[in-house]
Amino acid sequence: MTTTGLDGAQALLKCLDRQGIEIIFGYSGGSVLPIFDALETLDTNIKFVLVRHEQGAVHMADGYARATGKPACVLVTSGPGAGNTISGIMTAHMDSVPMIIITGQQVTWMLGKDAFQEADIFGISMPIVKHSYLVKETNDLPRITKEAYHIATTGRPGPVLIDIPKDVSQNPFTGELDQEMDLPGYQPEKASKFDPVAIQAVLDALKLSKRPVILAGHGAVLAHAEFELKTFAETLNAPVTATLLGKGVFPETHNLSLGMLGMHGTAYANKAIVEADLIMSVGSRFDDRIIGQADKFGRNATIIHIDIDPAEINKMITADIQCIGDAKAILVELNKRIQRLDTDEWVNHLGGYKNKYPLSYKMHGGLKMQHILDELYNLTEGKAVITTDVGQHQMWAAQFYKCDAPWNWITSGGAGTMGFGFPAAIGAQIGRPNETVVAVVGDGGFQMTLFELATAVLEKLPVIILVLNNHYLGMVRQWQELFFDNRESGVDLHGNPDFVKLAEAYGATGYNLKRPADVRKVLSKALEHKDGPVLINAEVAKTSNVFPMIPAGAALEDMLIEPPKTKLPKPVGST
Amino acid sequence: MQQAADTVTKIDAEENKATTAQHTLSVYVSNKPGVLARVAQTFARRGYNIESLVVSPGRNDEFSRMSIGVSGNPDMLDQIIKQLMKLVDVVHCIDHTFDNSVVKELGLIKILCSPDERGEILQIAEHFNCKTVDLTKNSLILMITGDSDKIDALTEMTSNFEVIELVRTGKVVMARGSSTT
Ligand SMILES: Cc1ncc(C[n+]2csc(CCOP(=O)(O)OP(=O)(O)O)c2C)c(N)n1
Ligand SMILES: [Mg+2]
Repeated sequence: MTTTGLDGAQALLKCLDRQGIEIIFGYSGGSVLPIFDALETLDTNIKFVLVRHEQGAVHMADGYARATGKPACVLVTSGPGAGNTISGIMTAHMDSVPMIIITGQQVTWMLGKDAFQEADIFGISMPIVKHSYLVKETNDLPRITKEAYHIATTGRPGPVLIDIPKDVSQNPFTGELDQEMDLPGYQPEKASKFDPVAIQAVLDALKLSKRPVILAGHGAVLAHAEFELKTFAETLNAPVTATLLGKGVFPETHNLSLGMLGMHGTAYANKAIVEADLIMSVGSRFDDRIIGQADKFGRNATIIHIDIDPAEINKMITADIQCIGDAKAILVELNKRIQRLDTDEWVNHLGGYKNKYPLSYKMHGGLKMQHILDELYNLTEGKAVITTDVGQHQMWAAQFYKCDAPWNWITSGGAGTMGFGFPAAIGAQIGRPNETVVAVVGDGGFQMTLFELATAVLEKLPVIILVLNNHYLGMVRQWQELFFDNRESGVDLHGNPDFVKLAEAYGATGYNLKRPADVRKVLSKALEHKDGPVLINAEVAKTSNVFPMIPAGAALEDMLIEPPKTKLPKPVGST
Repeated sequence: MQQAADTVTKIDAEENKATTAQHTLSVYVSNKPGVLARVAQTFARRGYNIESLVVSPGRNDEFSRMSIGVSGNPDMLDQIIKQLMKLVDVVHCIDHTFDNSVVKELGLIKILCSPDERGEILQIAEHFNCKTVDLTKNSLILMITGDSDKIDALTEMTSNFEVIELVRTGKVVMARGSSTT
C-alpha cells in the first residue's frame, strides 16, 4: 500500500487538473463537502464558479464547451442537487456536448436505503448520458476520471456522470495517480476510419448531380471541418444549407449559403431540398425539425449521409450512400478528387428564390424582434458569440443573426430547453473573456434561470442579456393562434417583473428599449458597457409570428411562407 | 432514396407490424455495474419487450454474455442493435437470427401426479429425452433441454396433467464453426 497523503477528493481534483479541466461550475452540499474542501486545500489550475442553481451550472458548462470546444466540469451534491442537473444533462446529451458531471452521493453502506439526500442519480440519468459511473473504491478515481474525460470528448461527444459516495471521496487515497483505461467496448477511433468504397460511391453520385445541396450539421462543427467544407462546396459549386446547430460552419454570407433549413428555415433552403437531386448531409442527424414528413423528404434525391455515429444512419431517413467517419477526414479525402459540377443553372435558380423570398420584416406595427436582431448583427458585424433561449426569439435570431464562423452560435436544439440561453452565455463568456457575448432570451425562458445574474455580476462578466419581451410565451401563443382558433391558454405572462430594476437589484446595469428609433442607440450603449453584465429589456410587439413555417410533421413543400389566409389543420407531428 | 409514397407513416407502421420476426441476439459486454440496466433500457425506450434474457459470465469474469430473445420490426431492431453497440460497456452485439446458430434452452416442469398417472408421464418424458430431476409420491420435475420448439411440444403434451410450475432458462445461442457469437 502506497500512501500518497491525499484523500479521494484531492486525488479526484488532481486527476481532473491533469486531464486539463480548467473550470468547475458547482453548488455545495453535504455529500460533496470533502471535494469542496479539496478545492481549498489543493493547489490546482482549476477555477471554481459558484452558481445559484444546479441547472445553471450544467448550462454554463454546456455554453463553455460550445464556445471553446473544451469540456468543463459540474460539481453538485447528492439528492436534490443531482436532481436539478437533469434538464441540463439532457440538453447536453441531445446536442452532443462534452462535459463531466460529478455528483456527491450518500455513503456506500447507505445506498439503496432511502438515506437522507440519497437519489439514484446513476439510474435516473442513465438514458441521458453518454456514460456514467458509481464509484465504489477510492483508488479507482484516477482511472474513472481518465475514462470519463476520454469518453466525453472523443467520437460523438457527450456528458459523462460520475457519482461519488462521500466515504469514497473522504477515504485516504492509496493508489496510483497514473492508471490505464479499461474500455474494451469503446473504440471511437474505429468508427472514425472511413471506408474507401463509400468515398468512391459519394464521388460517383456527385458526378451525376445537377442539383446538389450540402446539409451541414453540428457534427461538421464538432469535427472542426469548416475549412474543408468551404473548399468542398466552392470546388463543386454546390449550395450549402445548415441545421440550427450547424449555423456558421459554412459562412452564412457566402454566395453559396442558403441559411438554415427546416421548420423555421429560409424558404430558399427548403425549396432547394425539395428540388434537389442529391442531398449530402455532413454531420446532421436528419432531425424531425428539418425533415418534416419523413417519407417525403428528399424522395427524388440521392441521399448521402456522413456521420461519425453509425446509429444515426437510416434512423430517420434511409440513405442511398452511407459514409461513417469523422466529417473532416472524409471531406479531406473527397476534396482530393472532386471537380466543379455543372451547377451554374441550379445556383442561379436558387438565387432567384433568394430574391423572391428573402427573410424580411416590416418596420411598422411596433418594435420587432427581427429589427433588433438585425441591428445587433450589423453593430457586431456578425462576430459576437450569440446564445439563445428557446422560442420565437430563438428562431428569429437564427434567421437574422448570420454566422460566418462556427463556435459562435450556441442554442439548445435537440432538447429545446428554456432557461438555457443566459447561463450558457455565462459559460461562453468565461471561456472567451475578451469577446462580445450576447444572450438572446425571451421573457419566459429568462425567468427560468435569471437568478444566475448573481453569478454573472460576481464574476464581473460583460455579458449582454437581450430580453426580447413580448409578455407572452410567444412560440406557444403562435401555435394556439394558428392551430387552435387563437384560443390563448396558459401563455400570457402578465406579471412579468420590471427586468431593468431586477438587473439593478443584482448589481447589474439595465436599459429599457421601447421605440424602433432607439434600437441602435440602446444596443450600442450596451455593447460599449464592459463593466459587468448589462440587460436590455426590449418591449416588442406582442403577437408577431415566425415565418416561414413548416407545421410539425408536414412535408417541406407544405411550407408557409406567409401567414395563412385559411384555418390550418392541427399538426400531425409533436410540438 | 425514399419511395414516392403518399401513405402516411401510420400506415407504414401497421405494415411493419406484419413483418415482425423472432430474433436471437448475443450481446458481449464488460462486466460492469449497470450494464444490464443500460441494455434493457435501450429496448424499453422504443417500447420493445424482451422475451427472454440469459446473462452469464464470459470466458473470464471481466465479461458477460447476454443472449436476448425479442420479436419485432426488423428495421427498428436494426436501430436498437446499433444503439446497443454504442453503449460504452458493450463489446459487440450480433443478431444470430438468420445464421443458423445453435440456439438451445433448458426447461423444468413440475407436475402433480398420482402413482397411476406417473407411468404415462414418464413415457412422454422418455420420448423427449427428459430427465426426472425430482420425484415424490405425488409430484415430479422433468428437465428438458433442446430447441425451444421441443420445450413447447413437451408443455403441450403434458397439458392434460396438473402442471403447476414451468421454468425456462430462455434461449442461449452460439454461432457455428469458428464464427464469433
Ligand atoms: C423548459 C421548457 N418548458 C416549456 C417549453 C415549451 N415552450 C417552447 S417555446 C415556449 C415559449 C417561450 O416563451 P419566451 O421565452 O417568452 O420566448 P418567445 O417565444 O416569446 O420568444 C415554451 C413554453 C420548453 N421549450 N422548455
Ligand atoms: Mg416571450
